Amino acid sequence: MTSADDPHTLTGAYVAHALEDEERAQVEDHLARCEVCAQEVRELAETAARLGLAVATAPRRGMRDDVLRRIATVRQDVPRAEPDPGPRRTPLRARRVSRWALAACVAAAAAFGGAALWQHQQARDARDQARQAEERAREQSRELAAVLGAPDAKSRSGRFADGASGTVVVSASRDRAAFIAADLPEPPPGKVYQLWFNDDGSMRGAGLIGPGQGTQAMLMDGPVGRATGMGLTVEPAGGSDQPTSEPVALMDFPT
Amino acid sequence: MKEVVHIGTRSRPGPDLQDLVARVARGEQEAFAGVYDAVAGPVLGVVRGVLRDHAQSEEVTQDVLVEVWRTAPRYRPDLGTAMNWILTLAHRRAVDRVRSVEASAAREHKAALLAHTPEFDEVSEQVETRLEREQVRRCLRTLTELQRQSVTLAYYRGLTYRQVAELLALPLGTVKTRLRDGLIRLRDCLGVST
Repeated sequence: MTSADDPHTLTGAYVAHALEDEERAQVEDHLARCEVCAQEVRELAETAARLGLAVATAPRRGMRDDVLRRIATVRQDVPRAEPDPGPRRTPLRARRVSRWALAACVAAAAAFGGAALWQHQQARDARDQARQAEERAREQSRELAAVLGAPDAKSRSGRFADGASGTVVVSASRDRAAFIAADLPEPPPGKVYQLWFNDDGSMRGAGLIGPGQGTQAMLMDGPVGRATGMGLTVEPAGGSDQPTSEPVALMDFPT
Repeated sequence: MKEVVHIGTRSRPGPDLQDLVARVARGEQEAFAGVYDAVAGPVLGVVRGVLRDHAQSEEVTQDVLVEVWRTAPRYRPDLGTAMNWILTLAHRRAVDRVRSVEASAAREHKAALLAHTPEFDEVSEQVETRLEREQVRRCLRTLTELQRQSVTLAYYRGLTYRQVAELLALPLGTVKTRLRDGLIRLRDCLGVST
């Protein structure tokens, strides 16, 4: 397929929905690994929206009432429980890329998938995604509840700078940990909070806390394993492979 | 070289669309009426450009608006403006419809498609729309003929770039680059920043 050579040149066709499914998937794969391209897609999508605005046309007068009547009977989707790395996590693609690349993908998707990327996928299969996201959210909250309610759950709280505080809850039997932040200030623009497992001084990423999630219980990504504590740092949007800043919080797990 | 038509803050379709969508996300039906007023015209315009058929366009427009209501709690403002989100959805739904109904529409209506430039002649009482239209029209004029045709056939008519290539009898590679550099030029001309 010609487009496989350089998916980057397909950004224009991508935002105009002028690709066939297979190519679209290729472009999305590429975007997840290419920050520059994702930013370009975001800008071109805004540009396309301007093209749309320019052809606005007055709808039939009665349509307003029709639509307002319709929405009154439509149940709304639940909000996403956490930053959504979802659309990219298809088993097929996961097999094709290395573990590291997949992590980079997911991080990239969270960070600069940007308007365009996210919204295109959103539009493409909003229904599927709604179902998947609900399912994921349910699964996450089930697991979170299971950790918090585990008979062997132990917790420890700490106070951080800026009046924020956090509590970490660990369940050895479930091999999972949860972090509950309280009043965490918004990260600086372009930054996110990243959770880490402390494996004897070596840090292992355990998920991101995005803007607007400063007061929330989160299941930490991945098993506790041999981790003896957790850390929280401010990282560039999308997160890092290793901490790049002084920890905002560093706590030993309760024993 | 580039004709910069608009600098600085760009005209927004309703200053408070973001707020309205946030309220809709919390289930406020009254706020949705405001969202409707801000976006129904642009949504219908986009959809009708692609579908042409009046009845179908209205049907898809209504479906899109209901989908906006339904999925508003999942809209993330940090990832783009609400207008962008909604128009992307509208365009996608229109394209889905046209491709599912008749994949070969493009070929059949080749002459009609080539003759049609986007409809900039619709009457709309909204000043923002008129300004937007003027700007876009002027910026489209800064494109080369090939760029303009590629962009308008793909976006306004909902053709795949393969169909555009076929229609214009151009190599695929040419169309995909023209689509991209045409949009880039428009972006710069319109002063889009994210």
